[in-house]
Amino acid sequence: MNFGDSPAEAAFRARLRAWLEDNNPGLPASSTSDEYWAGQAAWHQALYDGGFFGLSWPQEIGGQGLPTVYEVIVDDELAKAGAPPRPSLGYLVQGILHHGSEDVRARLLPGIVNGRDRWCQGFSEPEAGSDLASLRTTAVRDGEDYVITGHKVWTSYSDAADWCLVLARTDADVPKHKGISAFRVSMRQPGVVQKPLKMINGITREFGEVLFDRARTPAADMIGEPGEGWRLAMTVVGHEREPGELGYVARYRKVVKELAARVSESPDDYGPEQRRDLAWALVESEMLRQHVSRRLSDRLDGNSGGPEGSVDKLLMTQVEQSVGHAALSVGGASSSDDTWLKLYLYSRAQSVMGGTSQIQRNLVATRILGLPS
Amino acid sequence: MDVRLSTEQRALRDTAVDLVDSLRPRSVIDLSDAERTARLEAAVASTGWRQLRDADEDGTPYASAVEVVLVAEELGRGLADVAFIGPTLAAELRRLAGVTAAASTETVAMKPDLSDIGLAGQPSTAVDAAGASSSMLLAAGELVAVSLGVTAEPLDLTRPHVAVPRDANAMPIGHSISTGALTKWTAFGLALTCADLVGVMRGATTLATDYAKVRKQYGAEIGSYQAVQHLLADAFVAMEGSHSAALHAAWAVDALPGDEALVAAAGAKAYCARAARMVCETAIQVHGGIGNTWECLAHVYLRRALVSIDLFGGVGPNLDRVLAHNLAGSRS
Repeated sequence: MNFGDSPAEAAFRARLRAWLEDNNPGLPASSTSDEYWAGQAAWHQALYDGGFFGLSWPQEIGGQGLPTVYEVIVDDELAKAGAPPRPSLGYLVQGILHHGSEDVRARLLPGIVNGRDRWCQGFSEPEAGSDLASLRTTAVRDGEDYVITGHKVWTSYSDAADWCLVLARTDADVPKHKGISAFRVSMRQPGVVQKPLKMINGITREFGEVLFDRARTPAADMIGEPGEGWRLAMTVVGHEREPGELGYVARYRKVVKELAARVSESPDDYGPEQRRDLAWALVESEMLRQHVSRRLSDRLDGNSGGPEGSVDKLLMTQVEQSVGHAALSVGGASSSDDTWLKLYLYSRAQSVMGGTSQIQRNLVATRILGLPS
Repeated sequence: MDVRLSTEQRALRDTAVDLVDSLRPRSVIDLSDAERTARLEAAVASTGWRQLRDADEDGTPYASAVEVVLVAEELGRGLADVAFIGPTLAAELRRLAGVTAAASTETVAMKPDLSDIGLAGQPSTAVDAAGASSSMLLAAGELVAVSLGVTAEPLDLTRPHVAVPRDANAMPIGHSISTGALTKWTAFGLALTCADLVGVMRGATTLATDYAKVRKQYGAEIGSYQAVQHLLADAFVAMEGSHSAALHAAWAVDALPGDEALVAAAGAKAYCARAARMVCETAIQVHGGIGNTWECLAHVYLRRALVSIDLFGGVGPNLDRVLAHNLAGSRS
């Protein structure tokens, strides 16, 4: 058991550290500013072109086929440099890798990995939140196309997206989990309207809703078989629950480092409560780093997916919200600089997105602890 | 980086699992079964686990702290009423001071709040003292030993304390110990107590989960109700996070410089200490009325946790260690 770098890992770390000295775009935190979202595509492409994105994915799709633990090094160094976190889209890649045909994988994945194609995920609907299988969006075959009609909401990155991974009902006559299929749908067509949603912290470029009114997509862009959409969705949300896939450790550690620097600069301005909140944020974000190291090491044995993702999601949520509380406490709610307030407010979404904490606890209880459902 | 256990480490853990499961107390009454405790003591003695941190010819320990915590975790999980942490801490102290290993079973005496090594001339408490004839403490930076008297009625029903009076006769061991060595020893002690707490959390969560699967109210197993499920899920998640932090702390003991090992262990300890009390309290809650009786093992887990939490400091002192390190670090 070794948490330290092998020689190859140390060399990679040094290369990344040197690269970051010249290539850190210095974007504000993703959770506090629309400026981050405006610059995210360029940051993704720069990371990819520098050889620091998609490390553990297969070479055929533009990855480097490295062990998953390299992602820990990337997160470490991004946080140390105060650089933005890596874009969070590993869960999309995993969903398409696991369920897409060879043709679909070859056509769709390289553009996602290299950052040239921007994607969003059309899962939730106004009447299908936690109960996702009740979704009402339909896809009807029409010649070589499917015609998509429905309403998606709480869709991250919808305003910048070129493509949407849409879950739609293709068969209303089978049990609800079995009649869902997954499609890639172009966002750049007349039948698609995208509307930004303003989040509680005021940012407008992360969150949106998408209306599909007889939008079209080629049948060849169905991902997986007809009726495989639910299984694909479970693969996607399973990975969306893994902090190793999301790269959030870097985001948390960057914030905590900034808060610690603030307290160091004028220690007399901060009382015991504020110091305690900061100390917990330090402890929790460090714990998550070690937890991600453990989980990504487990993947070296090929273990991935599974109900343990719910444990990871709950831990990640606890950390994000602990960091949020430290930001609120050290930064101050009524400070003239509302960065910290925005960060705190954003942290409330973590216990909802990708499956609420209540759903995660149900899964831990029934699928890991074996309690009766 | 590869945080998986090696083949040898997995084998050691499996041995510990088997030994503990065959001889652990399965009820509060079992705790007073002298024949069982004697067999457990003999089995642990034959494994050599308490000598893992003895020094070889070069002064390096026979095994890394990772091996030690794999054993500690299983002993905590099984509420093993056998000495391990105490003698292991004593062995590590001797190794760091360059003293030869003890001839008979020995433990360490801590300050009365258990937060640090005890000082001669002050009252102190010898911990995990079953079978120990003496314990070590400090006198002006020198290691000294005191003979141990009668076992006190312990807080922890699985690991007895022995009070060491202020005027106990301190026999010099003949070696001083540096501040740097004490830092390393503290990091090791923190990592060891984290592992015990992770084991306690695993055992307490299993105890409560098993109970929730059989206890029926309103015509259904209480474990089928979300209110109970969510308590147990939170306990499991807290244990998993603690496990990750504790493994890293154990690795850091031998792999990082003393001050970095100390801060890694302090962060892990703050996390594990908060989690362990919550998890043990949850185990009592899930057991309902029975959980508040002496005969339920839930309080035995809680009592053991309270001692491991206090050893080398619980939440407060370790948050202070983390903060001091990070605030100093971000200023430079």
